[in-house]
Amino acid sequence: MDIKELVPQKLKEQFNEIDFEVSEYLDELTIKLPKEQIVKVCQFLKDDADLEFFLCQDISAIDWARRKNRFTVVYHIYSFKNNFRLRLKADVDESDCSIDTVSSVWQGANWQERETYDMYGINFNNHPDLRRMYMPEDFEYHPLRKDFPLMGIPESIPLPKK
Amino acid sequence: MGLESLLKGEGFITTTVDAIAGWARKSSVWPMPMGISCCAIEMMASGDPKYDIARFGSEVMRFTPRQCDLMIVAGTVTYKMAPVVKKIYDQMPDPKWVIAMGACTATGGIYRTYSVVQGIDQFLPVDLYVAGCPPRPDNLLNALIQIQDKIGRTKVSDFKNSKLPDLNVIQNN
Repeated sequence: MDIKELVPQKLKEQFNEIDFEVSEYLDELTIKLPKEQIVKVCQFLKDDADLEFFLCQDISAIDWARRKNRFTVVYHIYSFKNNFRLRLKADVDESDCSIDTVSSVWQGANWQERETYDMYGINFNNHPDLRRMYMPEDFEYHPLRKDFPLMGIPESIPLPKK
Repeated sequence: MGLESLLKGEGFITTTVDAIAGWARKSSVWPMPMGISCCAIEMMASGDPKYDIARFGSEVMRFTPRQCDLMIVAGTVTYKMAPVVKKIYDQMPDPKWVIAMGACTATGGIYRTYSVVQGIDQFLPVDLYVAGCPPRPDNLLNALIQIQDKIGRTKVSDFKNSKLPDLNVIQNN
């Protein structure tokens, strides 16, 4: 069976209570799921003998600015066994700006989640070390949010005196 | 050959301290290679045999600020990097000079964004700006020749009333 059909079918068999939105664009498979289920689903995708998504390539987010669920967290995972790349998406609202960490599934997700936290201010629950990745630790803003001005907020990062 | 050929007769010359100190300083400028990004590649190229910064007495790139008197800031200085650059600058002994090499260092360059300092003259006293993205090695050598002129004009009296720098400028280590 084609891997593109196998992944959604396996997920639906395993988690029939979860509402998956499967879409395909430019030959790439995307699966959208509720954020509460992300750890369970990721663990299954990694552990299942036919799928074996061993590599978490990237975790990032999208800020939709005025949409109801303001953020979408995006996971790119890769299966060496099938030579197949899968995209997972989960919506996060601004009022409860958090999602469970998948760093228990993939160790490499640790820093990628830190980066996402730094840039978008999305909290990753149960993360072992949720510090900022790029910006100074006492920085108060999240630069990749749409309401952050491109040139930054004056005086928000101190420069040394001349 | 060289100075000796001019020393005829008794073999001594008279000069001023300013002149001889300025001549000595400008003939052996020891740069601090503050190579932060791609400009550093061109700075390294200026040290290779083709361009040969040694012709101007500056081949001793020292990797400790204690032995340098010219800081070549080559590359994009981010806000996070700025305290580090300043800390290294503070460790250099006086008298010292700064070359801002490349568009990023001088103005922020193509990085017109929140994370990049829009010109290092906001926190460093820059003596010379080098244009280019990145500048070619010959451009850096031109800058070196120009800063040698400036160094040669330095007088002892310039430092007469100068204060010791305040070393507690860096708050967030």
